[in-house]
Amino acid sequence: MTAAATASPYDPRVVERVIAERRHLDGALMPILHGVQDALGWVPADAVPRIAEALNLSRAEVHGVISYYHHFRESPSKGPVLQVCRAEACRSVGGEALLAQAQAAGGCSVEPVYCLGLCAMSPAVMLQGQPHARMTPARLADLLSDVAGI
Amino acid sequence: MTITFYVSRDAAALAVDADGVAATIAGQACARKADVQTVRNGSRGLLWLEPLVEVQTDAGRIAYGPVQAEDVPSLFDAGFLHGGAHALRLGITEEIPEFERQQRLSFARCGLGDPLAPVPWLGLKTALEIPPEAIVQEVLESGLRGRGGAAFPAGIKWRTVAQTASAQKYVVCNADEGDSGTFADRMLIEGDPYLLIEGMAIAALAVGASKGFVYIRSEYPHAIATFEAALRAAREAGVLGASMLGSGIAFDIEARVGGGSYVCGEETAMLESLEGKRGIVRAKPPLPAVQGLFGQPTVINNVLTFAAVPTILEKGAEFYKDFGTGRSRGTLPFQLAGNIKRGGLFELPFGLSLRELVFDIGGGTASGRPVKAIQVGGPLGAYVPESQWDLPLDYDAYTAKGLVLGHGGIVVHDDTADMAQLARFAMEFCAIESCGKCTPCRIGSTRGVEVIDRIVLNHNRPQQVRLLRDLCDTMLAGSLCAMGGMTPYPVLSALDHYPQDFGLVDDTAEAA
Repeated sequence: MTAAATASPYDPRVVERVIAERRHLDGALMPILHGVQDALGWVPADAVPRIAEALNLSRAEVHGVISYYHHFRESPSKGPVLQVCRAEACRSVGGEALLAQAQAAGGCSVEPVYCLGLCAMSPAVMLQGQPHARMTPARLADLLSDVAGI
Repeated sequence: MTITFYVSRDAAALAVDADGVAATIAGQACARKADVQTVRNGSRGLLWLEPLVEVQTDAGRIAYGPVQAEDVPSLFDAGFLHGGAHALRLGITEEIPEFERQQRLSFARCGLGDPLAPVPWLGLKTALEIPPEAIVQEVLESGLRGRGGAAFPAGIKWRTVAQTASAQKYVVCNADEGDSGTFADRMLIEGDPYLLIEGMAIAALAVGASKGFVYIRSEYPHAIATFEAALRAAREAGVLGASMLGSGIAFDIEARVGGGSYVCGEETAMLESLEGKRGIVRAKPPLPAVQGLFGQPTVINNVLTFAAVPTILEKGAEFYKDFGTGRSRGTLPFQLAGNIKRGGLFELPFGLSLRELVFDIGGGTASGRPVKAIQVGGPLGAYVPESQWDLPLDYDAYTAKGLVLGHGGIVVHDDTADMAQLARFAMEFCAIESCGKCTPCRIGSTRGVEVIDRIVLNHNRPQQVRLLRDLCDTMLAGSLCAMGGMTPYPVLSALDHYPQDFGLVDDTAEAA
């Protein structure tokens, strides 16, 4: 995540390593994109031609896949990623108000997500991959101030 | 003697600080010189009680919950180590009423211990002793229907793949559990990953496949990590690999991670994604059973379908078929979610009513307000009004009323819910998640949002209601898959049963 926080430049050897490790897989594109994003926090545009070449795909095909899936980032996130669930179960207990609160607070890259699978303890959010459920405005405020302190 | 505690490692427990509770138990035990060990088990599914702490005693496992880290010192003071009395004490876990009335077949092991502790593989061993046709026959006779939502008989799908000649066949598990209100796949993968591996291995034997894929959504990082660990352990144990349990038959599984696209839960979009493409729905036919992943015959089932299979092989089709009602045989892990007092996963035979489930087990709303609407079957499922809460939860009884059971997710809304806004969200969600291949879904969903906005703002309301119904009709009949084809279910059910939320009185809605 440090690479993401300091934005580009990134180490291109990371991309080469991921390609070397995963290009032999059946349908290797998604695993390669995940590997790059897990390591760097995003998928840099100049990784696209390298991945395309390795998999014998066009750059348009690789770019098309990156842009299709909500998960992949084409630029580093601005601060820690806070995913706030907007789906029905969280809506039934005030999830939308939490989203507004998080967006107003700033300090995080707030992203909508459609279900974290924590629906029996809604509303739920995920901060940097860590789930938090039974959220209340007060608990979210605590979480956001913890982030600000980092 | 060492005292054993159990604190769940399920993502739902972690989301309410189970790690903090486990650490505090360890710290307190150390300070008090008590000899304890803590097993991080899967979840029991009693999610309103998480973090649930269980302590092994001579009388059985005594549960406490929901436990917060700051409760732990007082628990120790109360004789926690030996199941002592405390305000959070719930008694023996298996005797908690909402647990006791369940009939856990697929989730029998989930929550008992470490998810990666060795298992006996009894279902797979039985399958290895009988011919492939007999495996298919057993699954056919069990009446098992696909648990992902479409409820297609699993045995028929397997038979089609078995009878399609090909040098390479695949078994694919759909763990792209995107429906709001569902978490059974996640809980099973985190709590008993070997059961899924076993079910897939049995399917591979039945159809002659050598390779399996599990497509897990990226929103489930804990499930992904647990499943990867389970795959490594299963390979080391000789269950997966060149020779399944020494049979000489090769089968291995790879975990693949989704990309946050809801439509990839549709089986053909998932295949495209596994092939490294955009998750765009394919036209059917050809059926994936004939021409699926990389053009080869492919069994695709949901996590819960595969998870039901080891029980069927181990105990027989007759045993499994004895549960359930009508043509819905076996059990379904129902998931109670949203505004619910006692939310969680409850595995029960088909046939009970929504009223029993939501009120007797779930205890009504968390807010204490009256229940207004219950959405069954995920974001593409209808809002079920009170007049239908007594229907038996069974695939066909629901279909007959234009409802869907889907993946068993049930989301409860109290009387503060605005059904017009929920209908609008259904259209908005479809617009966000549509793969874009067919027009009714891609364009219809955006137009749907606009039309609902005009209805709410009373811009020529009666005409716009007619337009919305017409649009829904086009989407229902003209979409390529369930994304566009079922988005009208929540929209129309909201409009039909809660017209006042759209600014309509009942007669106007009927006249429209």
